[in-house]
Amino acid sequence: MKKLLLGDEAIAQGALDAGLSGVYAYPGTPSTEITEYIQGYCKSTGEKIHNHWCTNEKTAMEAALGMSFAGKRALVCMKHVGLNVAADPFINSSITGVNGGIVVLVADDPSMHSSQDEQDSRFYGKFALLPVLEPSTQQEAYAMMGYAYDLSEELKLPVLMRTVTRLAHSRAVVELGTVRPQNKLNPVNGTKDWVLLPAIARRRYASLIEKQDIIMDKAVNSPFNKYTQCQDKFKMGVIACGNTYNYLQECYPDGIDFPVLKLSQYPIPANTVRQIAQQCSTILVIEDGQPFVEEQIKGILPIECNVTGRLSGALPRTGELNPDIVKAALRMEQLPHLEKAETVVNRPPALCQGCGHRSVYEAINIVVKEFPDAKVFGDIGCYTLGALPPYKALDSTVDMGASITMAKGAADAGLFPAIAIIGDSTFTHSGMTGLLDAVNANSPITVIISDNLTTGMTGGQDSQGTGKFEAICQGIGVNPEHLKVVVPLPQNMEEITNILRTEIAYKGLSVIIPRRECIQTLKRKAKAKK
Amino acid sequence: MKTDIILAGVGGQGILSIATIIGQAALEEGLYIKQAEVHGMSQRGGDVQSNLRISDTEIASDLIPQGGADIIIAMEPMEALRYKEFLAKDGWIITSSNPFINISNYPQEESIINELKQVSNLILIDTDAVGKENNLSRSVNMILLGAASKALKSISFEKLCESVKTIFGRKGEDIVAMNIKALELGRNCK
Repeated sequence: MKKLLLGDEAIAQGALDAGLSGVYAYPGTPSTEITEYIQGYCKSTGEKIHNHWCTNEKTAMEAALGMSFAGKRALVCMKHVGLNVAADPFINSSITGVNGGIVVLVADDPSMHSSQDEQDSRFYGKFALLPVLEPSTQQEAYAMMGYAYDLSEELKLPVLMRTVTRLAHSRAVVELGTVRPQNKLNPVNGTKDWVLLPAIARRRYASLIEKQDIIMDKAVNSPFNKYTQCQDKFKMGVIACGNTYNYLQECYPDGIDFPVLKLSQYPIPANTVRQIAQQCSTILVIEDGQPFVEEQIKGILPIECNVTGRLSGALPRTGELNPDIVKAALRMEQLPHLEKAETVVNRPPALCQGCGHRSVYEAINIVVKEFPDAKVFGDIGCYTLGALPPYKALDSTVDMGASITMAKGAADAGLFPAIAIIGDSTFTHSGMTGLLDAVNANSPITVIISDNLTTGMTGGQDSQGTGKFEAICQGIGVNPEHLKVVVPLPQNMEEITNILRTEIAYKGLSVIIPRRECIQTLKRKAKAKK
Repeated sequence: MKTDIILAGVGGQGILSIATIIGQAALEEGLYIKQAEVHGMSQRGGDVQSNLRISDTEIASDLIPQGGADIIIAMEPMEALRYKEFLAKDGWIITSSNPFINISNYPQEESIINELKQVSNLILIDTDAVGKENNLSRSVNMILLGAASKALKSISFEKLCESVKTIFGRKGEDIVAMNIKALELGRNCK
């Protein structure tokens, strides 16, 4: 059967066909559609596969580890920065190993289309000493899932699969393969391998190191790595990683007549790299993200071989690659084209008309004017757009949850007033622990949990704390007298600003919850009712 | 034969629906497709684009190189111009002439239209007016697709109509009829 699928959907379909028993994820662009596809599949078929969203990437990774312990196949999905949150269980999962197969799917975002950095997840794979897969096409992404689960169960290790925005959010026709049934319940039994006390962890780590030769062997013989050998000696050869292999092919529609290594499985197959180096005096490494391969093969090859890429300046050090950039690095002529337009200006994204966050920022800006020393610490979500005109309301945005903890730290230093603004889903993802710190110190900060009852920026997924925020805040120890709920509508501006003014002036911890449903999810529900 | 299309507009204007209709038609024709989309932050009122590539031979890159786009289909005139350097030498721009002004520094409409008119193959349509006149204000993206259909050589107009039926079918016959009427109107715009 053939289907027109996004890269993300091809991954999801691949996991389903590989006998998946559970997907664990927190929404994050460009990975969100994987879980949504599985949710849609379960809804329409009624098949029993765990598919509820998790509170954050760490809880997702740990739950997947639990499912693996029980013998079944689990998928963990996240965007690149999500792996920072899940790093602790992820790294340690290479020490426990797996029982049922685990694929950790991480979607990187070169060019930061919707992110705060362009970190390259392949480093995490190397750090954890695990095999890494990097598909180049939607079809390969589909096929790799079954391969990845088999590999995971054969090696008894999780497999990291890295994709990038360009593949995740691009559609192509995918030919589907056979469907494998789910694993039966088969928990780990009669071993203490999963109890990572130092004595056991040392033994487990030694066994992980022992497996490295096999993992390397798997990469050298991978069906997804393709080395196109040539008879003669060449001036230049290319190593093209994952998705960038397409850009190389785009430059040579009539075929490539020099040595090329298409790299889609890591660790870097050292012997294959040595082979290509023997044939070429220069190697151009084309990779999206950071110079992961270029840097490493400089340590593999003799000095006579010139390695070029993002590090050498042959390709730009930052940003997503495309056919034109690759063409320039290959010293080929571009197609004739017109100049860039003169009359075009930027059109940055903005909060939707009628969005509740708008009223929140209006109120903040009115009140903050009365406190010239006030600083506003922002967070990750739609409301990060409050940093842009017309509001220009934020002084910082760093990572999930950092609004509350940074406000607390600044207050510790004597800054007053310090205001934190965080969304409902971000609050349950990583804000609750910071709020406990603030409660324990009775920090003189004002925390605004702007609750739109959804995870808005990624398209309106369930928010794990919906209906529980007052209880969560009180449970953590927020004084009920300084826990206020408002409805962020223009007609309530006076009430909102009055509460904000009083609570900002208060020299202790306050939490204000402006609550109104996201207008996008509201519209969608209204449409569905029709 | 290959057709490389850039679809452009502002988040929420319905360019992905245009892409879906063309994509479905291409699938029916048994052609290869690659379609890169924009999801996430920029969908909130920012500029959005989609690279749609259709071919009877396998397609390598998900992205279209500069000077490679056979057609730029845009829901908004400045958004059409944003991708000017991607247009092929003999390529077409088919765009709505109606500006979407959600920024304070939006350029003079006249200078946008003038720069557009420097492109030799240009179809400029007042889609809002056509939509209003014909009670099709909710199908302006299909009016635009209809206008673009003449330049869409690898897909027949009939296949596009069939595709509209497939995609909008579950929304009822009225919706299908409305969108097909919009397609036809667009196709007959000069």
